[in-house]
Amino acid sequence: MTAIELVFYLFSTVLTLSALAVITVRNAVYAALFLVLAFFSSAAIWMLLEVEFLAITLVLVYVGAVMVLFLFVVMMLDMNSERVREGFARYLPVGILVALIMAGELMFVIWTKGAEKLPLPPGQSDAGANTALLGERLYTAYLYPFEIAAVILLVGIVAAIALTHTGRNPNTRYQDPSRQVSTRREDRVRIVSMPGAGSKSAEERS
Amino acid sequence: MTAADLMLALPEIFVLGMTCIIMLFGLWLPEERQGMISFVSIMTLVFAAIILLGWDDPDPAAVSFAFNATFVRDQMADVLKLSAFIVLAAILVYARQYLRVFKVAMLEYHVLSLFLLLGVMVLISAASMLTVYLGLELIALPSYALVALRRDDQRSTEAAMKYFVLGSLASGLLLYGLSMIYGVTGTLSLAQVANITAMGNNTVLVLGLIFVVIGIAFKLGVVPFHMWVPDVYHGAPAAVTALIGSLPKLAVFAMAIRLLSDGLGNMQMHWMSMLVVLATLSIVVGNLVAIAQSNLKRMLAYSTIGHMGFMLLGLLTGSDQGFSAAMFYAIVYAIMAAGAFGVMILLSQHGVEAEHLDDYKGLSKRSPWLALMMLMLMFSMAGVPVFAGFFAKWLVIQAVIDAGMIWLAILAVIFSVIGAFYYLRVVKLMYFDAPDKDDAISVPADFRAALTLNGSAQLLLGIFANILIGLCVASF
Repeated sequence: MTAIELVFYLFSTVLTLSALAVITVRNAVYAALFLVLAFFSSAAIWMLLEVEFLAITLVLVYVGAVMVLFLFVVMMLDMNSERVREGFARYLPVGILVALIMAGELMFVIWTKGAEKLPLPPGQSDAGANTALLGERLYTAYLYPFEIAAVILLVGIVAAIALTHTGRNPNTRYQDPSRQVSTRREDRVRIVSMPGAGSKSAEERS
Repeated sequence: MTAADLMLALPEIFVLGMTCIIMLFGLWLPEERQGMISFVSIMTLVFAAIILLGWDDPDPAAVSFAFNATFVRDQMADVLKLSAFIVLAAILVYARQYLRVFKVAMLEYHVLSLFLLLGVMVLISAASMLTVYLGLELIALPSYALVALRRDDQRSTEAAMKYFVLGSLASGLLLYGLSMIYGVTGTLSLAQVANITAMGNNTVLVLGLIFVVIGIAFKLGVVPFHMWVPDVYHGAPAAVTALIGSLPKLAVFAMAIRLLSDGLGNMQMHWMSMLVVLATLSIVVGNLVAIAQSNLKRMLAYSTIGHMGFMLLGLLTGSDQGFSAAMFYAIVYAIMAAGAFGVMILLSQHGVEAEHLDDYKGLSKRSPWLALMMLMLMFSMAGVPVFAGFFAKWLVIQAVIDAGMIWLAILAVIFSVIGAFYYLRVVKLMYFDAPDKDDAISVPADFRAALTLNGSAQLLLGIFANILIGLCVASF
């Protein structure tokens, strides 16, 4: 067993186990964290195939953005794991059926094609890392579509803000640091002379 | 990419840059100076037009590709872009007072319409399936947001939701078709798709073509893919309806030419029969259902469906004559639609949308000028001779007859006569009915100038139709 195979089996095991854990653990936050682990392990396996761009994207986009958002939602919704599990037995037969069909389809593909006809993808070419190649293509041959895609994202932001921003609420309380630092003692402290009680007690004491 | 590539796309780059500048500086403008946004936006269009025209080409018939053949600039692109600038400038003039009265966000409206214009320009100049799709999305996204811009209004949010769901479905179908064509040909460039399809047809290619035609039909809003048109036109604020009812039609016409003629021209026998069905159904359904409408916005929506059917008549012939007739139709239609909605926008100045036909009763007594403009627009839409709409219909029908489809031409003539009824009903209401109300109509000077130009353009484009027809003919 070569070192690469060892690493592959290590990450595959972690991937399979964490995927199983995602659907078996009771706590929704743990499930989300196991999903992060599963994504991370599959990114590592991709790395073994020398497709580092996909691996990095998986970590950045799924682990970094999607799962963080997911965790936020899970934490905010305060999910009741008992209620989520209610229909488990009822849905089980259909779930097993779907799983069997999917497994059967996979088997079918492998059998008819033969495992030897599904070769490893070619590794890194001599031209350089695929991130660099992709970047070069995007910024030269596909510059124009790439820029338009960026404009579409900008429109998405503008549209989302236009549809949700209601303008500043007049009752909103906010701090204005420049006013805070330029305040003077006279604005805040009011010296009140209280002749009544203070002077009287002084007189009494004397 | 070279400097020459950038020069070719200079109008697009200028519009994008100005949109970003307007977006940033508009944020700092105080409430009472928001009118500046409108002024700067219109100036942007004027300068974009100057840049577009200033690009001197030794040979006007030349076709120049740029950015690795994802962008194309030819005479058709230039004429359509110029028409888009003119139409948008008119709509922005119309919209200013409306936006203020209805408290629609001035800045967002202008920025989103300029982005929509950018999408129109990208789609018109698309030379690859990638840019076709991106241009279409750049039109669609601002449209959805614009329709929902009055989000406290239940009707407009409902319309936006319908538009969004059906529009996404259409984009998905188109993308599905494009991916099949890509799968067969292995190239995104439409010119190369044309080379590869010349070698023979393939079943998957036909399947892809079906989805592409459905995508185009959805975006044009022709029967049976027209369900969204009346609801969206009705629900959207009038200033937005004017926008989505005119500009995208120019772009989708260009998209149909790029995909069906430039890319899949060799499969004409397949798409021709599909377009015949779409065009026939649209002309029949659009003109018949419009008669039953009592709401002007819905009536104009069904009339759009009918008009788009007529435009398809020109496209389906597959001849250069038919294409140029369809192009003339698209441009004339965009100008007519902008004007008709402009009148509606002006009458909505008291905070209530003037969308019922009864609102137009006795308009000639309240404002003879406005009634005259509406009269010219309605006559043009109906296809009364001398007006531009007549020549548009005439050219299209002539192309259909030359293509040997006499029955289709007869059907088109019959239904354009039936359609004339509901346009003339508006004229009758304006001139021969007593007004329900007699509140004054105040017209800002720039609005008056723009609408006068827009209305009389129907007459001038009719009398001097040869100029625009010449430009359209030279495009193919």
